[in-house]
Amino acid sequence: MTTTQDIHAPDFLAGDEFSIPTFRLLRQDGTLFEGAEAPTLERDQALKIYRTMIATRVLDERMMAAQRQGRLSFYMQCTGEEAAVIGAAAALDDADMIMSQYREQGALVYRGFSYDEFMNQLFGNELDYGKGRQMPIHYGSRKLHYMTISSPLATQIPQAAGYAYGQKMAGDGHCTLCFFGEGAASEGDFHAALNMAAVHEVPVIFFCRNNGYAISTPSIEQFAADGVAPRAFGYRMHVIRVDGNDILAVLSATREARRIAVEQNQPVLIEAMTYRLAAHSSSDDPSGYRSKKEEEAWREKDPILRMQHWLVAQGWWNDDEEKSLQESLRREVLETMKRAEKRPPPPLDSLVTDVYADVTPALQRQLDRLKTHIRKHPDAYPKGARSLDPDVSAQDDAANEGGA
Amino acid sequence: MPTMNMLQAINNALDIAMAEDDKVICFGEDVGVFGGVFRATSHLQEKYGKSRCFNTPLVEQGIIGFANGLAAQGSVPVAEIQFADYIFPAFDQIVNESAKFRYRSGDLFNVGGLTIRTPYGGGIAGGLYHSQSPEAYFTHTPGLKVVVPRNPYQAKGLLLASIRDPDPVLFLEPKRLYRASVGEVPQEDYQLPIGEAEVIKEGTDITLVGWGAQMEVIGKAVELAEEQGIACEVIDLRTLLPWDADTVVESVLKTGRLIVSHEAPLTGGFAGEIAATIQERCFLYLESPITRITGLDTPFPLVLEKEYLPDHLKIFEAIRESVNF
Repeated sequence: MTTTQDIHAPDFLAGDEFSIPTFRLLRQDGTLFEGAEAPTLERDQALKIYRTMIATRVLDERMMAAQRQGRLSFYMQCTGEEAAVIGAAAALDDADMIMSQYREQGALVYRGFSYDEFMNQLFGNELDYGKGRQMPIHYGSRKLHYMTISSPLATQIPQAAGYAYGQKMAGDGHCTLCFFGEGAASEGDFHAALNMAAVHEVPVIFFCRNNGYAISTPSIEQFAADGVAPRAFGYRMHVIRVDGNDILAVLSATREARRIAVEQNQPVLIEAMTYRLAAHSSSDDPSGYRSKKEEEAWREKDPILRMQHWLVAQGWWNDDEEKSLQESLRREVLETMKRAEKRPPPPLDSLVTDVYADVTPALQRQLDRLKTHIRKHPDAYPKGARSLDPDVSAQDDAANEGGA
Repeated sequence: MPTMNMLQAINNALDIAMAEDDKVICFGEDVGVFGGVFRATSHLQEKYGKSRCFNTPLVEQGIIGFANGLAAQGSVPVAEIQFADYIFPAFDQIVNESAKFRYRSGDLFNVGGLTIRTPYGGGIAGGLYHSQSPEAYFTHTPGLKVVVPRNPYQAKGLLLASIRDPDPVLFLEPKRLYRASVGEVPQEDYQLPIGEAEVIKEGTDITLVGWGAQMEVIGKAVELAEEQGIACEVIDLRTLLPWDADTVVESVLKTGRLIVSHEAPLTGGFAGEIAATIQERCFLYLESPITRITGLDTPFPLVLEKEYLPDHLKIFEAIRESVNF
């Protein structure tokens, strides 16, 4: 029941009364802010996080180049947002579900998705878990509890609330973390999700990457309010804004969010303030809508360099290790790309499987007709023709077509 | 065998499914303690607790998004959309998400546990937004199953089958029949097959195809036709996606004539799909044009509802014209 106090004069509120602060621990030079305390972070995990950030950036740079060379149809980089994404993933239990938008490959790298697995999806070859059906960067992994990505924005947000409700019912102590950008937060599904999660008390962390732009639309044209974070008040939800380029702050905030989600069955909203250093995608050119000066200013806040300075100060990292890591990753990315490119496409039959649990008679008929057609024009359909059995002739197919 | 109306049969099916499997969860607007605006979920919260039968905030895209997530997690959500007219805010979640979940992930993930229940159809003075039959929007969506029962016995058997089906199912309930249709329904568990049409009545002169509440209307038209010596074969499609073309083909090969009838508007209606398929597969056997008796290509009107609807007289005249062609 809504409870309210009476007033007797028309005193409007505009929400300007409060502003949400940004939680920060680490300065760009790798030292802590005064009074700031680093979260407990063992050397092994710190190095794992750092290597994940580097591995993600190397992957992104190499694959964007591959797209430019025409070897790949499409690509999207995580560049500039590695700390936000990887810091969040590092705060979770490995069995917690992650539901992503499309710029969070760093979380997958952190969980152990190999370069081979990335490449198989990017090139849509026969080893791609998604059987070559989706555009590049639409990854998914059941064993790593990473929900397959889809293009429609924000649809995963209410799904995350439902998934987390199921986790609560199962009582296994796990939660769901859902990534999305500040543009996606304008979709109706965002509101639906936060309201339902709050009403039904589910263990979910909504993680917003506020990187300043939705393609060409700056956030000032996305919302009039102070970012996305204040919306949590409207749902009576825990909320924190964090410096998304500060790995220690992201890690610390997400760990605490996970504790609230799992121990109290309460949803949490995290808004990570960051910057999309790269173009929106391989189909975008940001020079048409933002200044080089702005980009340069953010390049100086590079989250990877910030963590590197901190690691060096801890005595956990040095230039030689940096050089050798970069070199070995570049070599590995090239080798796996060559392997994946050479692999054949998925078989023709995979066109009609998984639409339903079983192939329907109507779909089987459509596939049979397609095979007959491809046998007549194999050169026009090289990917499909290669998986046809060469011993079966078109005439046999026609004879087997049957039916009235 | 007990007698039930369609609502009681649906309620009974939900009760059986929830008792059998803890993972079955019912939710939607007003389905909780109130038991739904039509009472389809009566007493389920009382019996299975608030965590398994609950009200949601008033947000259709949220209900289906939430249901998709629950199903992906391994639960068996039975989500209610209060009227089929209000399913469109969830269209994106159904068409782009539910229907494509298994395919796009290469079967890593699926929402096969999902069933969406929703009352549809006119004849209750519901005007534009309490009368619609949106099935054809969904039959254009690979990955979904669309099921429509015509009486209480079917409602229970098909709903249980839908809940247990490995694919997401849109279950359209003819609300005009919720209380009007009464019949014998076994108390025990049973299922009717999804994807199979049922030949309700055999005949040799003409085939009539429909589904849901329209079967009763077709039945009245057939009575009139039979009085004039026209032997009608009547087929209830029951599942619109994937639909049982073979049963209709077999019938039309025998009768040589076909009428398809539905409440939804003519243009883009599912009758068009049936007509095209049958002319392709039965071309040499057709003795008259395939006829579609449907709603008009207008929004669903209030005062002139009777004039709008494809009633038994319109179907009866179509039968006569087809036979005399």
